[in-house]
Amino acid sequence: MSTGLQQWAPSPPPSSGPPMKTGRGRRSSPMTWRWRDRLALAAAWGAGIGLCLIAGAIVVYMGYRGIQYLRPSLLVQRPALSTSQSGTGGFLDPLIGTALLTVIGIVLAVPLAVGGAIWIAEYGRPTWLARVVESSIEMVAGTPDIVIALFGLSIFQLGLFAPFSFKASGGGVFGKSFIAAGAMMSLIALPPMFTATRDGLQAVPAHMREAAFALGKTRIATIRRVLLPSVRSNIATGVTLGISRIIGDTAIIVLLLGETLRLDPQGSVPGIGLLRGTGSTLTSYVYGNSPAGEGAAPQKAYAAAFVLLLFVLGLNLIVDRIGRSSADATGMTVAGAVV
Amino acid sequence: MLERLSRPWPDHRAERTLGAVSLLVCALVVAMVVFVGIHAWPIFEHNGLSWLGSGGDLGRQLANMQNTTQHPPPSAYHLRAWPLVYGTLLTTVVAVVLALAIAIFSSIFIVELAPARLRRLAIPVIRLLASVPSVIYGLIGILVLVPFVGNHVISGAEKQSVQNVVLLTGAGLSVTVVILTVMITPIMVALICEALVSVPSSWREGAVALGVNPLRAMLAVTLRAARPAIVAAAVLATARALGEAIMISMVSGSRAFSPKPIDGLVFFFEPLRTLASGIVDYHEGIGAPALGSALYAWALLLLFSAFVLSIAGYLIKLPLRKFQVRG
Repeated sequence: MSTGLQQWAPSPPPSSGPPMKTGRGRRSSPMTWRWRDRLALAAAWGAGIGLCLIAGAIVVYMGYRGIQYLRPSLLVQRPALSTSQSGTGGFLDPLIGTALLTVIGIVLAVPLAVGGAIWIAEYGRPTWLARVVESSIEMVAGTPDIVIALFGLSIFQLGLFAPFSFKASGGGVFGKSFIAAGAMMSLIALPPMFTATRDGLQAVPAHMREAAFALGKTRIATIRRVLLPSVRSNIATGVTLGISRIIGDTAIIVLLLGETLRLDPQGSVPGIGLLRGTGSTLTSYVYGNSPAGEGAAPQKAYAAAFVLLLFVLGLNLIVDRIGRSSADATGMTVAGAVV
Repeated sequence: MLERLSRPWPDHRAERTLGAVSLLVCALVVAMVVFVGIHAWPIFEHNGLSWLGSGGDLGRQLANMQNTTQHPPPSAYHLRAWPLVYGTLLTTVVAVVLALAIAIFSSIFIVELAPARLRRLAIPVIRLLASVPSVIYGLIGILVLVPFVGNHVISGAEKQSVQNVVLLTGAGLSVTVVILTVMITPIMVALICEALVSVPSSWREGAVALGVNPLRAMLAVTLRAARPAIVAAAVLATARALGEAIMISMVSGSRAFSPKPIDGLVFFFEPLRTLASGIVDYHEGIGAPALGSALYAWALLLLFSAFVLSIAGYLIKLPLRKFQVRG
């Protein structure tokens, strides 16, 4: 879903920008308008300013609570079980869990998203099949994360996938592990990456392809040497959006990663054991420590939520920066995806 | 072997490989429907479609399901999940209607009214609002809004009036709807802004030249031309609102209770539970076959609604192709 907000947001230089809209001088004074129009005017200002104020209030409040409760030691301590809030340790394990899941999800999603986008934009035949692929990605985008989580649970509980999670003593497969959660996270990250890459490829002017063909390059060589380098910034935008969806997701974590606060490796092989084990992420840490979970340590929840919000803010800035720099470099705009 | 791979690929093989990758996504969607469907089947087998209806105490039915062994008797599958369906419909419809009004007006503000400096500020701010994780919304809801509503908005008399039926803590319909509205408005604003900008400005300038004031021209010409995009935005936001699980599970009071409009003002403070938040609330009991099947049945309903909405969104966006709007 491209938003287009960026297409006109950075107010392009007058020479290349769209023609100016009604200038200030031509505007009639609202005092002469009918009541209905004046009401609509007031509603528009109110709604616009109100939304900005809500966003500002959320950031300021979380920042205030974060500064109040976040201590550097929280970032390097492992969570512990305790009855008092001061004894529950920090959230090192959730941070590692978030990083690990992001890596797994992105690594799995990039080939799918970029490959699919290239196929849709450059080959896309037969047309009906391309239509089917596009709409199935749209369906993945519209599927609630909780449904994706249940789907993940159902496939990773199959005996076939037993090596990816761990078995209970009775022989039942739990289907909860970093691999299971990461695989489902890749589904969450897929649609924005696909959309950004496809839109980028479709925005590449046809003469670039024609020039490459004229030099005797095959289609796939054109894609590798000409098209992919020119849509690098789109892919970067897509990946950033995918990351911000992965680190913000809670439902999949709660269902597929178990609710152990600490990393809990399964088996003796160090790396693989970690991947097969359960753990937590920042989101599940916040959820677990809020009154909704068992922890009931709101101070820790605020601190972790503040860190999470900082990550999201940072990723937003990166998306903006990529969009702006690529627009400067090529004159093309990156269609960012919000949803 | 490695040498063969590093050589440039022939075109047809690249096409087939990339096509296979794309088909994998289709296969995943099919697998999702099949797996969720298989797990949901026992509920449909024992209840038909009447599990969507009302009847009996849902909490007791679910407790029954949870307490059965690995081979539950058919009676354990009895399910009437109307309170969840009602809760989902109620929160979604109210939030989408509220968000639609706010989104239309604030899009007009951003596109037409805001001074350039404010616009440059508003766009990233609204993008941020769209990307705040739902657990943070839930945390603010449960730690700030719920206590506030519970302590200051609901009067003692209101609490007493329903104390035999339900406990009013502040968590309930009003807080859920407010946060849900804040969560889905930015999506709508993004899509509506895009549509408003893509309507040819000459249309509106024509109206202004005829002496209509700029705002009325915006409302009567541009907004009207962008109607399909507005409906599409509403559809997309509906899909998002339907599937919101964690936030609602945190702030809705998590009781399978149907808020009743005849209770007057108290209606707005009554707790509820939606399909998605029900899955989160009961996920620990998923090992019990009957309860697990019920959760998958709710998921199947959500999946079905998401697909219907996705198709509806596609059909609505068809007329937009005229303006070369890609939604």
